[in-house]
Amino acid sequence: MTQRQVLQAFEQYQRSRTQFVQTVAELATRPQNIETLQHAGVVSLLRPLLLDGVPTIQQTAALALGRLANHSDDLAEAVVKGGILPQLVYSLAEQNRFYKKAAAFVLRAVAKHSPELAQAVVDCGALDALVLCLEEFDPGVKEAAAWALGYIARHNAELSLSVVEAGAVPLLVLCVQEPEIAVRRIAASSLSDISKHSPELAQTVVDTGAIAYLAQMILNPDAKLKRQVFSALSQISKHSVDLAEMVVEAEVFPAALACLKDPDEYVRKNVATLMREIAKHTPELSQMVVNCGGVAAVIDYLGDSRANVRLPGIMMLGYVAAHRENLAMAVIVSRGVSQLAICLVEEPEDHIKAATVWAFGQIGRHTPEHARAVASANVLPKLLDLYMDPGSSEDLQAKSKRALKGILQKCTHLPALEPLLCDAPSNILKHVACQFSKILPHDSQARRLFVTSGGLKKVQEIEAEAGSALQEHINSINNCFPAEIVRYYSPGYSETLLEKVEKYQPA
Amino acid sequence: MAQLVNLLSRIERVREEYFVRIRIAEENRALEHAAAVKIQSWFRGCQTRAYLRYLNKKATLMQKIWRGFSARRIFRKMLEAAFFTRKMNLCNQMAVRIQKTWRGYYVRQYVHNYYARKIYLEGLTRKNEEVRKTLEEFAEFQRRMREQERTEREEREKCILAQKMHFLLSTKQCPGVYNSPFRDSPGEMELRMRSAKPPLAKSPSRHKDRIGKKMESPTEAGSATHLPPIRTKKPQGPFRQPLEVWQQRYRPLEPTLRVATSITALEEAREELRREEWRGRVVDHPFHPFSNTSRQSEKYEPLIHASAPFEQVAYGTKHFREEKKEILQEKEPFKTVFTSCQVFDKFGRLYSNAGKIV
Repeated sequence: MTQRQVLQAFEQYQRSRTQFVQTVAELATRPQNIETLQHAGVVSLLRPLLLDGVPTIQQTAALALGRLANHSDDLAEAVVKGGILPQLVYSLAEQNRFYKKAAAFVLRAVAKHSPELAQAVVDCGALDALVLCLEEFDPGVKEAAAWALGYIARHNAELSLSVVEAGAVPLLVLCVQEPEIAVRRIAASSLSDISKHSPELAQTVVDTGAIAYLAQMILNPDAKLKRQVFSALSQISKHSVDLAEMVVEAEVFPAALACLKDPDEYVRKNVATLMREIAKHTPELSQMVVNCGGVAAVIDYLGDSRANVRLPGIMMLGYVAAHRENLAMAVIVSRGVSQLAICLVEEPEDHIKAATVWAFGQIGRHTPEHARAVASANVLPKLLDLYMDPGSSEDLQAKSKRALKGILQKCTHLPALEPLLCDAPSNILKHVACQFSKILPHDSQARRLFVTSGGLKKVQEIEAEAGSALQEHINSINNCFPAEIVRYYSPGYSETLLEKVEKYQPA
Repeated sequence: MAQLVNLLSRIERVREEYFVRIRIAEENRALEHAAAVKIQSWFRGCQTRAYLRYLNKKATLMQKIWRGFSARRIFRKMLEAAFFTRKMNLCNQMAVRIQKTWRGYYVRQYVHNYYARKIYLEGLTRKNEEVRKTLEEFAEFQRRMREQERTEREEREKCILAQKMHFLLSTKQCPGVYNSPFRDSPGEMELRMRSAKPPLAKSPSRHKDRIGKKMESPTEAGSATHLPPIRTKKPQGPFRQPLEVWQQRYRPLEPTLRVATSITALEEAREELRREEWRGRVVDHPFHPFSNTSRQSEKYEPLIHASAPFEQVAYGTKHFREEKKEILQEKEPFKTVFTSCQVFDKFGRLYSNAGKIV
């Protein structure tokens, strides 16, 4: 055998290996092939190819593994069980950048499915290798490493803590300042995932000066970057007052309102989330948000958006109105009540309705003025319907009951209270009757209206147990009117009159 | 002698008389004794009663005086207490009045200021309108920008397409795809192709420029300094830590003290000092405590009055200072002339020249 023939055999083997690995990588892009590949035992076949002498084969094998693991979590588990991870981590430190990108892709694909898999990735010592990758110059490698770290840190606080302890945060903050947009996006998303679990982690992220860099990117034209930036800022500011104040000091505020008109709906949603997280902590922060016109912007945002995206806006209005009554009045004055009423009618989902109902409760419970504003939007009958509807969830029913109670205890606007007399359950009726009994003794005009609109008739028809609070209120209402009128409107009065006619003996 | 005889004759009678009297006295002794006792007892009783009466009267007087004194003292205390309570009540009422006015003012001004709240809500509505308008305009502007960009991009793409598909242009013999003979005028693409110029050859430097431009978007906030684009070929060799490189690249300027001080620093410092002096000097004569210890160096001049003995001086002594020269040793001579009292300057001269005093 000549040397050439010997070498030819090796070349043929190499070619077939390359072809196999490239075909597998291509097939793995389509989801329908993956089951077949899995049954064919592709993971065990790809594993020795990772240690191949030819760099291209290694890289393509890693890429194929990454795509497979990306698809489903049993494949990811198979990758973990096959002991591939330590090899990948070891080569991450040594190989060229294409291999690093592919290896980081595999780690990310494995870690994204569940906390146990992410823990397995961490246990192989992947964190140090990924942090080393973050120091590379190639932006693709940085992006892949940052993405993997983000997916690991996403699951729970312990994994986030281990990512932080590996020293990833300062490097991520450096990545945020890179010129490449993709690296910035991923770095912002990873920072957001790290800081969302606990205040200490958020504080660590803030201590490296991340807020200033994130705040600079608010008015960037790229929509996906803005999504991640706002998500990061809202995860930071949600934990405590100090963190929220630091975010506010970075002069995020009037600039963020401009992004509420962004065409991308997730950018708008994240801006609304940021405003909600900031406004919920203290009255002073809410006051600041109101003073820069945030409430008006959020109300317009509620008008423009539909479905789940509205939720942070509704909650923001609720939090602002909950702190103080002048803030609630500010929400009312900015035409918030009508917009929330529209939301209540339009949205079919129970959790959004529950949030709207809660927001109404917060607005209307402060003073009679507020309750009147809420009642004039014709909201109380809707709240009652939601409470009585057997199809609403328990959460929705509880929230509508509390909101109704809170508003009714302050409501002195009688025309809005009267529709509630018809078919409300006794625990709601008790409050309605209480309000009537407070107002009617002092206002003769109201008494006249009460009689003419049929309210007295309905009150007589209410059956209450003797000695209950409801009965007492009904008695005090009846005491406001002369006895004949009460008798006239009591049920069955016509029968008693007819009986009298029958018994009467003309003299 | 006659008397003696008389006396001797009477002795018998005297003896008899004596015995008779003694007998009578003896008989009346008990009676008289009882009577005397009775008289004495009655008198002693009177005496004692008078004495007791006297004592009672004095005791009553003392008690009366004492009770009056004591009651007046109590009464004075009650009076003081009543006066005090009345004064405190008045003070309390006045304090309540003051507090009532202050509290009303304070609550209306600071706790719930109706007018400030009204102004705030009106201001807030105006601000909301402003914000809404600005946001609308901004959204409109952005939309127009995007529209514009989209149309420009489509235009460019069509241009490029026209340049590439130049071979589909219609010739004199054969009408092209976009120039159907059944239509009256050629299509848009045909016209574009006719006016399209052939594309220039691409040079690698232009390609690199485009990559460089693509990475930095024009409206990026905050990156004023542009880094050179990352080369596609990784250069060989050992490299420093990226953190070090960044620090070196963005190291701030640290000028020396000589460079950093301005030329007129000395004049400015002087000016500053002068201004400081002008601003800060409040007291022209600073108070230096114990500063008149310098006067201790001055010699003490004893008094003339204390240097004379403390005896009664003979009547008619005339005191002249210059008589006792030895006491006067070191002292300064008396000032004999004093400033004139100007009260009498105008005396007599106020209204007429006639009363001139020389």
